[in-house]
Amino acid sequence: METNTTIPTSGAIFRVESLGDRALLVVFGECIDADVNDRVHGLFSILRESELPGVLDLVPAYATLTVHYDPSSWSRPGTLPYDAVRSEILRLSKEARAASPRPPRLVEIPVRYGGEFGPDLEDVAHHCGLSARALIARHSCPEYRVFMLGFAPGFAYLGGLDPALATPRRETPRLKVPAGSVGIAGTQTGIYALDTPGGWQIIGRTPLKLFDPSLEEPCLLGPGDRLRFVAIEKAAFQPEGRP
Amino acid sequence: MSILVEAPGLLTTIQDLGRHGYQHLGVGPGGAMDEVSHRFANLLSGNSPEMTSLEITLAGPVLRFETESLVALCGGDLSPEIDERPVPLWRPVMVRAGSRLSFGKPIRGARCYLAVGGGFRIPLAMGSASTNLAAAFGGFQGRRLRAGDRLETEPFPKDLCPSLQGNFRPHGAAFLGSDWFAPWIQELDFVRPSTLRVIPGPQWELLTDDSRAAFLGETFHVAPDSDRMGLRLQGSKLALGQLREMISSGVTTGTIQLPPDGSPILLMADRQTTGGYPRIGEVATVDIPKAAQLRPGESLRFKPITLEESQGLYLRREACRRDLEKILAGRMLR
Repeated sequence: METNTTIPTSGAIFRVESLGDRALLVVFGECIDADVNDRVHGLFSILRESELPGVLDLVPAYATLTVHYDPSSWSRPGTLPYDAVRSEILRLSKEARAASPRPPRLVEIPVRYGGEFGPDLEDVAHHCGLSARALIARHSCPEYRVFMLGFAPGFAYLGGLDPALATPRRETPRLKVPAGSVGIAGTQTGIYALDTPGGWQIIGRTPLKLFDPSLEEPCLLGPGDRLRFVAIEKAAFQPEGRP
Repeated sequence: MSILVEAPGLLTTIQDLGRHGYQHLGVGPGGAMDEVSHRFANLLSGNSPEMTSLEITLAGPVLRFETESLVALCGGDLSPEIDERPVPLWRPVMVRAGSRLSFGKPIRGARCYLAVGGGFRIPLAMGSASTNLAAAFGGFQGRRLRAGDRLETEPFPKDLCPSLQGNFRPHGAAFLGSDWFAPWIQELDFVRPSTLRVIPGPQWELLTDDSRAAFLGETFHVAPDSDRMGLRLQGSKLALGQLREMISSGVTTGTIQLPPDGSPILLMADRQTTGGYPRIGEVATVDIPKAAQLRPGESLRFKPITLEESQGLYLRREACRRDLEKILAGRMLR
């Protein structure tokens, strides 16, 4: 029903399909995979830098890049706006194949684990058969990848949680989880960007603001970033904006 | 230059044409649900279409104009009255200082847009004045209006066309309404069931044959828990032929998602930027204003359309809109 295009790029394959009349999807795969996600972010950077006219938003996800465009800016006689945008993406992706990707940014997130800031830390440690200390050590050890942002402003979908720390969500969600809370839900870990209701197991909290619309860069994390949690003492917990 | 909110109504928010360029950070576009009515309210009050309006939902507010203002109301008919005299929609209206705008029974449609000549004085947040209710920023203090709020408005510096001034007719002592009105209603029909044209979505083919037939053949109703994020649709339960593990991917305004309970959700202005549910269809952009005017309990049907047809309709509408905007601007200002 849709005209899909499959084209080799950087030794990989992507497919383009329409998402309504003002957006299209560039599909690199169907799974959560670091290499696939790298390719999504690669094309995201290329398209961002090329500042295509009438492209309003570029949304990288695990395995897809969504391109929101205004068909009026891509209206050519005899050519569908969708086809015009798609051709331009194909052209740019080929052109940029040789360019080496910029190294990702590493963001350190200070976290006060346990106590009032991480009310579920003991339960999670117990579930995992670990001491609280061991849980903290294993949670703050890996370098996590920001696969994508979504769900809420500044909320990052992270990859890299130690499988031994996987813990189901709370049976009863909390009505209010404070912004900055660091939680575990299943095999995922993440940071609440806003005060919201939520069912994640809360093991700590960061004093950093993940989302502040008044700043030039409203979100602390961006797609493709790497991050590491750094355990801090209670005395070091001073709610503020950015490092 | 100000307007006092004496009663807030059900859900009254400051909106504009939305917040663009931040979806990669999880910040949705927001903005007026019915962009067409928003644009016309601004044009008919002498503003440019990307300026602010108040989006008024079903049960409207009570507003006291503390200064003389040129305003326009466009969109759904929620029985607006100024000092107890009905106010006509889709035209410039000069409101005298001290007058009170109130709303009665919703006659048709769900959302009415009030623009004020000069615009509301609202600081931009991330490039837009629209209210992001979920993240509590933008618009008026990041929230819906409350009783006691005072909306500052910018002065209206421009000269009105003499022909417009000569065209105002008094409606009692409260306001002057123009005789002529915007000839725009074609895309905002209030016929029910409403017909929304839909392009197949990425997971359309995964629906069972029965579900595809039901989606295109049956009537759905707008559920009461629908909001600015999306219209929840009640009707035949739809099912996928094969259960496929979905990972989060992009969505857009007009995306029809299918959660596991089988009741589709039509994503609207305050949608998230990504979603994990199958996307079975995409409503044509030209039909989004119609969807925005659907009330809880009202009925709608879907009609298939191709991407080619849908983009053609969009381009024609935009060309038409630009022409109309030029004509209107010429009739408003000297």
